[in-house]
Amino acid sequence: MSSKQVPVVDYLVLGDEPHLKAHECTGCGARFFDRRNACAGCSGTEFRDVPIATKGEVRAFTIVSLAAPGIKVPFVAAVVDCAGTSVRGNIIDTEPDADHVRLGMNVQLTTYSLGADDSGAEAIGFAFQPA
Amino acid sequence: MAADDIWILGIHMTKFGKHTDRDTVDLAAEAAMAALADGGVSIKQMGVLAAGNLMAANAGIGQQLQKQIGQTGIPVYNVANACATGATALRTAIMAVKAGECDMGLAVGVEKLSGAGLLGGGGRPKSAATNWTPSGRYGAVTPVDGLIGTDTMPGVFAQVGMEYGHRYGGTSFELFARISEKNHAHSTLNPLAAYQKRFTLEEIMNEPMIAYPNTRAMCSANCDGAAAAVVVSGAKLKTLGPDQQRRAVKVSASVLTTDPWEEACQILPDVNTLTRNAARQAYEQAGVSPEDLDLVELHDCFATAELVHYDNLMLCPEGGAVDFFNSGATWRDGSTPVNVSGGLESKGHPIAATGIANIWEVCNHLRGEAGPRQIEGATVGLAHVIGLGSACGVHILERAAA
Repeated sequence: MSSKQVPVVDYLVLGDEPHLKAHECTGCGARFFDRRNACAGCSGTEFRDVPIATKGEVRAFTIVSLAAPGIKVPFVAAVVDCAGTSVRGNIIDTEPDADHVRLGMNVQLTTYSLGADDSGAEAIGFAFQPA
Repeated sequence: MAADDIWILGIHMTKFGKHTDRDTVDLAAEAAMAALADGGVSIKQMGVLAAGNLMAANAGIGQQLQKQIGQTGIPVYNVANACATGATALRTAIMAVKAGECDMGLAVGVEKLSGAGLLGGGGRPKSAATNWTPSGRYGAVTPVDGLIGTDTMPGVFAQVGMEYGHRYGGTSFELFARISEKNHAHSTLNPLAAYQKRFTLEEIMNEPMIAYPNTRAMCSANCDGAAAAVVVSGAKLKTLGPDQQRRAVKVSASVLTTDPWEEACQILPDVNTLTRNAARQAYEQAGVSPEDLDLVELHDCFATAELVHYDNLMLCPEGGAVDFFNSGATWRDGSTPVNVSGGLESKGHPIAATGIANIWEVCNHLRGEAGPRQIEGATVGLAHVIGLGSACGVHILERAAA
C-alpha cells in the first residue's frame, strides 16, 4: 500500500504537527479558510497563509441526532475558538451527550484516517478532542 | 396620512398545513385574490407584482400567478432570498410604490414544503470513494457535512442558541423547551396554524431529539402555504373609501439587511448582527422604541433562535434574553407578546410565505380582527424574518389613526 496521505480539506496541513491554516488578510487580519478575491471585512486584496492554533475552547455545540443518509449519528458539531480564530469541527473521543460535552471546555485538534481509496491513498480528517 | 407613506391595503394568508390537492400556483392565487378582495381592489389596479417561491426559484412564480389570475402586463419581480423571501417580495413592492413608479403593488410568497424533511444537510455517497480527489472551494476529498460540523438547519440554529448561552449564561435544554411550550400554547388560538396542539414541557423535551437542544417540537414545521399583501401609497389611499382607509395598516418601517463581516461568520452564520442592524434602522425609521411594541412576530425557526432575537430586536437589555423570557414577557399576556400566531414552530414555515404571513398576523391585531387571540388595543407591531446567507427583513406596522 502506498503511504500517500491526502487531507480531507486543503486547509488541513499534515506532517509531524498537523494543524489548520487560513488565508489572512494582510490589511485587517481577517481569516478565511477558502480563497477570497478581496477581504470580506476590509476589501484588501493581499493575503498570507497563517497557521491556526491547535488548542481552543468550545464556544457553541450541538449534538446532531438526525442527519442526511450516510452520516453517522449522533455526533457533536462545534464552534471552537482557537486563540481568536473560530474553527468549525466535530468533537470526538468523548461520549456525544450533554453530560460530557459542555460550553467552554478545552479541546485540541486531532486527526484520524478516513480510509484508503483504490490507489491506496489515505484521506486524513480532523476533529477536536477534550484537552 | 402623508402622501409618501406606504400602507398595507389588503392582506391574506392561506391555511398553513398539508395541501395535497393544490400546487404552488393554486395557493399563490388563493392568497393573492383574497388579499386583493381584502383591500377592495383588483389585479387591474396593481402596478407591480413581486413574488417569491424559494424551492422553485427559477420557475417564475410571478408570471405563473399572472396566468392564473390576470395577465395585465405589469412588471414582475421574482425574488429569492432564503427564508427572507416573503419579506423581500413585500419590500420590493414597497420600493416600487415609494419610488413613484406606481401607486399600488402586490407581493406574494408561496411554498410547498410538506414532507420536505431535514433542510440544509448534504448526503454522502453510500460507497467509499474510489479516488480521494480534492474539489470545491475547500479542496474537500469527500462531502464534509457531518465530518466537519453540521450543515443541517436544526444543528446550525442549535449552535446559535448555545453560543448565546456561552456568552451570557443561563440557558439550558429546559429553557429552550419552555420557549417552544409558549409558542405551541399560543397556536391553539390560531385556526390557520399547521399545528394547534398544546404540548407540556415534558412532552416537548421527550420528543425525538433532532439536534440538541432542539427536539422535533422545537423545530419549525415544514408545511404548505401562501400569503399576499397589497401595498398602496398614502396619496392613493386618500382617494379610496372610508372602510379601506380605516382598515389600512401603516408600514412605518421596512428594512432589509445582510450580514456585515464578523469574525466567525464563515464558520457559523451570524444571525445577530444583521438583525440588530435591521432593528435599529427600523426603530429609527418608525420613530418607535421596543417598549412601544404591542406584539412581535419573530423568526423562531427553532426554539434556540427565538431566544437570541429577543436580544437582537432589543426587546430586552443586551445579554438579558433569558431573564426577559423567564419574566413571562413574551407570553400573550406579557409585556411584549412574541409569536402569538404560534410562530414557525407550530404555525409552520412555508419558507417564502413566512415573511408576509407574519405581517398578516400583526395587521390582524392592529385592525382588531384577530378574534380569540386578539391582543387588545394593539397599535404597533413588528415582524421579523431571517434567511441564512444571510438576509434579514424587519417591518414595523401601525394602526391607522381613527
